[in-house]
Amino acid sequence: MSGAVSRERGLELLREMMLIRRFEERCAELYSAGFIRGFLHLYVGEEAIATGAMRALSPEDNVISTYREHGHAIARGVPPGEVMAEMYGKVEGSSGGRGGSMHIFDASRRFYGGHAIVAGGLPVAVGMALADALQNENRVTACFFGDGAVAEGAFHESMNLAALWNLPVLFLCENNFYAMGTHLSRAQAETNLARKAASYRVPADKVDGMDVLAVEAAVRREVQAVRDGGGPRFLECETYRYRAHSMYDPDRYRSKQEIEGWRRRDPIATLKGALRADHILYEEDVSALEASVEDEVEGAVRVAEEGSLEPVEDLLKNVYTPREIRWRR
Amino acid sequence: MATMNIIQAVNSALHIEMARESKVVVLGEDVGKFGGVFRATSGLYDQFGPDRVIDTPLAEGGIIGSAIGMALYGMRPVPEIQFADFIFPAFDQIVNELAKFRYRSGGQYPCPVVIRTPYGGGIRGGHYHSQSPESMFAHVAGLQVVIPSTPADAKGLLLSCLRQNDPVLFMEPKRIYRAARGEVDEGDTTIPLGKANVVREGEHCTLIAYGAMLSVIEEAANKAAEQGIRCEVIDLRTLVPFDVETLIASVKKTGRAVVVHEAPRTCGYGAELVASICERAMEYLEAPIQRVTGFDTPFPYVLEHEYLPNADRVLGAVRETLEW
Ligand SMILES: Cc1ncc(C[n+]2csc(CCOP(=O)(O)OP(=O)(O)O)c2C)c(N)n1
Ligand SMILES: [Mg+2]
Repeated sequence: MSGAVSRERGLELLREMMLIRRFEERCAELYSAGFIRGFLHLYVGEEAIATGAMRALSPEDNVISTYREHGHAIARGVPPGEVMAEMYGKVEGSSGGRGGSMHIFDASRRFYGGHAIVAGGLPVAVGMALADALQNENRVTACFFGDGAVAEGAFHESMNLAALWNLPVLFLCENNFYAMGTHLSRAQAETNLARKAASYRVPADKVDGMDVLAVEAAVRREVQAVRDGGGPRFLECETYRYRAHSMYDPDRYRSKQEIEGWRRRDPIATLKGALRADHILYEEDVSALEASVEDEVEGAVRVAEEGSLEPVEDLLKNVYTPREIRWRR
Repeated sequence: MATMNIIQAVNSALHIEMARESKVVVLGEDVGKFGGVFRATSGLYDQFGPDRVIDTPLAEGGIIGSAIGMALYGMRPVPEIQFADFIFPAFDQIVNELAKFRYRSGGQYPCPVVIRTPYGGGIRGGHYHSQSPESMFAHVAGLQVVIPSTPADAKGLLLSCLRQNDPVLFMEPKRIYRAARGEVDEGDTTIPLGKANVVREGEHCTLIAYGAMLSVIEEAANKAAEQGIRCEVIDLRTLVPFDVETLIASVKKTGRAVVVHEAPRTCGYGAELVASICERAMEYLEAPIQRVTGFDTPFPYVLEHEYLPNADRVLGAVRETLEW
């Protein structure tokens, strides 16, 4: 990694990953305290992927994600306050409090959500890329999904359509080796996910998803290939979620050693180590970053806490184009 | 007798039937080693092993399709769909294959698949962990739809489902999975399909519901009783085939009815109930039948308690039938 990144850029990446991690840890606290409710899926451990990948995309590109999407949203530039307010169900949230944790949307940043149905985003990404192709837009659609989604039929239809129509879509598979409590090896006969994509003639590669610089470089390469008209690409990012699948999950299906093993490859610690080795990160930097990240996350919590809830009169809003609505019991 | 919640009752039924009938096989996402997200299949994997309790990948179409294939061979698959909201990748297999196998094979291939799935709101699950899609399935000829509201019913009805020869969608009210507790026979007691339960007798108005809405109409009946209004409370238990005779007998007595479900109103199951009662007992009705339902919106994230029917809304509807 040595010499791979300037101090300025290194600090930027570091801060982003630290911000996402602190944000997620704060969400867990707020969940335990009852401020965030329902279903909450945290991204702790996987920060390098969103952080690296978003740097390689332009604001004109599309991003579509899963229910584990807070990190993607923040890295895409959705203000953390809007993400947090969404989780609180507040009107100030990115979807007006309509969606909650799993449904962050932000049209101004071409962030197409937040999808709670596993693999639900893939065919949609194909459609967006098809529209771009038909309208000669030089835009890439980046579609994030997990290893579990690869088992759904929607994945296979999407690969074929994207390849058949040579569409500008980048499939970014976040392989954290588990779909809820089921390890990849118990869910897929072919555990080399890139090979599956390749079998549909979608050029496919793998990257260390715990290494933000590697992710950024790989995504840049793939995005360029897609932008150059080369059709769809598939990039598998190997990673790990440190926390349970969701706040409901007792997490009894993996060993402490396994988790510890991955923690030793922690993306934040790894980047810090690389920057230190290059003598471009000092202890004051780390404490300054920690303080600024803490401030930003607390600011986000304030936005959420001070926000307002949707009034009951709005219950029927946004089901259809605005029109006169009738209330019935 | 033992005190159980609905999860334990479902689990008990599965244990009993798997021990009794070796053809019963449970399959689904994380149902085995993990014991199911709601723990309904807990302990089955240890007792019956990986050939009878099968962990599947995320592949709802494949789960239901595999169950159909096994059923054609005379096995008795019990697939679990983790949340009813996730059933739609399997909608084609259910509607086009499962429901029609017996019919289109001229009766040669019955398909006794019992699909278990938690449904319903009230847990702040938002759009995709709260839906009540029962009427989408009730509309499909060839399927049966069963929804228990108590632990004893959950066990007895599930055992009955596992011992008949047609497909069933067995929908479990997740909001009251743990909250509903009651005495359940630890042994092998079945409750017949297609029979409603008159939970409470009364002569002023008939309240009809199923699943998690049963406690809502019971609460409404209590509140009504304080005002001297005696409601008859009926738990439908089975939506297809439903017990029209019990409903008609009740409405003939009360002359009024309120139908309650949490799914949206338009083309909700309540519409079928209202129509069926009107067809058979119009001349006995003192007032139009009222529906208290969810609203015609996707399931809301924040306003779910405004969306879900509650006792006061039901009570308002009861009054409307009385004051008409
Ligand atoms: C169609 C569908 N089936 C089941 C679920 C329940 N579910 C939510 S997340 C999940 C695991 C998904 O694993 P993966 O795709 O690897 O993503 P990860 O959670 O690891 O990020 C499951 C089974 C769902 N949301 N949608
Ligand atoms: Mg995964």
